Formats: sequence, C-alpha cells, structure tokens
Amino acid sequence: MSLFGFLKSRGTAPVARERLQILLAHERISVGSSNLLAILRDELLATIARHIEFDPEKLSVKLERAGSVSTLEIDVEVPSDKIVTEARRAGPARMSAA
Amino acid sequence: MNMSKVIVVTSGKGGVGKTTSTASIGAALAQTGQRVCVVDFDVGLRNLDLVLGAERRVVYDLINVAQGDAKLKQALIRDKRIDTLHLLAASQTRDKDALTDEGVERVMTELRAGFDWVLCDSPAGIERGALLAMRFADKAVVVTNPEVSSVRDSDRIIGLLDSKTRCAERGERMDKQLLLTRYDHSRCSRGEMLSVADVLDILAIPLLGIIPESTDILRASNLGAPVTINSAASVAGRAYRDAARRLVGESVPITMPDAKKTLLTRVFGRRAAA
Repeated sequence: MSLFGFLKSRGTAPVARERLQILLAHERISVGSSNLLAILRDELLATIARHIEFDPEKLSVKLERAGSVSTLEIDVEVPSDKIVTEARRAGPARMSAA
Repeated sequence: MNMSKVIVVTSGKGGVGKTTSTASIGAALAQTGQRVCVVDFDVGLRNLDLVLGAERRVVYDLINVAQGDAKLKQALIRDKRIDTLHLLAASQTRDKDALTDEGVERVMTELRAGFDWVLCDSPAGIERGALLAMRFADKAVVVTNPEVSSVRDSDRIIGLLDSKTRCAERGERMDKQLLLTRYDHSRCSRGEMLSVADVLDILAIPLLGIIPESTDILRASNLGAPVTINSAASVAGRAYRDAARRLVGESVPITMPDAKKTLLTRVFGRRAAA
C-alpha cells in the first residue's frame, strides 16, 4: 500500500488533468467569442465597403485578453488614393471627419 | 423509412486511431450483416484503403463521384472478406478543395439510400476536409488518446460538431460518443496517464468504448485486415466489437481492457491497482 502511495504521488496524470481543465475553461469561452469576432468582421466589412473600396483580406479584427480588460483591435489597410477620392465625393462634412 | 445512419469518426489530432477505428468498427458492423460503407475524407493522405487491404483496387474515389465523373457504384470497393462492407476511397492526387458542400451532400444522400451505416473517416485538423466529413453526419465518434494534446483537440472538435454541422444548424444536438484509444491500463493505474474518468469528466460526452494499446492492432494494419476480422478474439478485437454493438444501441457493459499479458506487467499492474 505504501509503495502504491509512493507511485501514485509520482504520477503526472493529476497535473495533466488540472492543466487541461484550466486551459479548456479558457478555450471554450474564446470559441464562443470567435463567433462574435466573425460577426463583427462581417458587419465592419459591410460598413467600410459602403464608403471605401478596399480588399476585404486587409481587414483584421482581434480580441486580446489581458487580465480584466480585453482589447478589440481593428486594423484596416486602405490604398491612399481610394480614401481621397471617396472622401471628396462624400463632401466637406465627411472630409473633416476623416 | 430510411433508417441509415451517417457517422463521422473524428478527433482533431492526428495519429490517435481514426482510420483504424473506422475500419475496425465498420468491419464489426458489417460482420453482423449490416450494410456498411466506410468513406475516406483524407484527400491527399488516404489510408483507409491500406488498412482495409484494398489499396490496389482503388479506381475511382470520393472526388470523382462528388464531381459526377464516376458513378457511386463504380467507385465503391466491396471487401473480399465481408461482402456487406464497402469502401469509398479518398483521392490521393487531387486537391482537397475539389470537394464541395453540394458534391459531398449528393454522395451522402446516395450512400444513405444504399447502406445502413456510413462511416466517414475524418482527416486530422479542423480544415475543410474535417469539416466536410462531419457536415452531414447524424452522430460522431470522437477518438481520443488519454493524453493532454489529444484531449484538448477533441474538445475543439466537439465545439465544431456543435456549431459547424447541418445537425447543429438545424438547432439539433449532435449525438457524440467518446472512443478512448491506445489506452494503457497499467500506466493509468500508476497515475502516469489520464484515466478514463479524467477524460470523460473533461470532455463530458458518453463513452462508446475503450481500446487498449495493442500489438494486435499494429499486426492487423500490417496485414491490411481490421483487427475485428484478423484477430476478433483478441482484447482489441473484442473492444472494437463491443464498441460497434454499443453504436447500434445494444447495452454492453464497459470493461477495462488490459492487453498486456506478460508476467512482469501483470505483477506490476496488480500491485499498482491494489
């Protein structure tokens, strides 16, 4: 019995189990939010595309978790000439906003 | 009414035993007289043909049928040992993007009409091939090793089964069962490997069966015969046959397989479990 106890205490399975439980608790949440990201991405794409001609692949939407605060990072790469022509067409009010 | 079932055998991680399990369970089901078709979705890396010993008989494949270049009947390979067992091979040369949702759906519908069981052997990963293999399934067999990376990937796959399948999109819950493979009882009882209870607790899906790590399985794939045909009486063969019986809804008690027969492991195994 004492030998059994000795072997059991050396077993790494309990560590594996605990690590997995913690990891999966996080990953299951982020799978849920990756749906949110997909929705955000689609809606952002539609909104930007209404005003500017751009390559959808150049839109990146990321959600980073750090402690109690999450950062939503939206990065859109747009050719400069498109911005100018589109902004001019939109009129002075839009131009100042841009 | 058509009672045929489409089952995806999936895992996320590679090398855990999807193909072996598809072949072994498929053969076990076919041995009971059920009409079974096993379908390889691993385009470019097909192996189900090899495990079934049919590698030299592949003429047409899943992509040919999905694209309408061949009829299903032309592509199906009938097993030489069990005449109710058929194989639809994957393409070894074509690009995996050649498979479309519509094409696969057509093939699945046609297979449902001709077979009681359609077992889809998923490729590893979570890319297109894996998603298509699960897309039209009624039920999933999640193959997992008692090891951290395999359990994590299975958890991911379970998430996809619950979101990316037709079944999930219709708002239904896909039936999922866990097949624990490469299980080493003595290592688990020494606390070196995650136990059945650990894995079940983490993944929270019902258990279809426990398949021991076994040289019989290796020997069977060397010979191109599933273990349920080649050594049906072995521990692994019986474990697969029991899993197949549970799959059809029979109530078969789960036994802890201990495939190791050497005196040494018996002595140590007993001491550890005492």
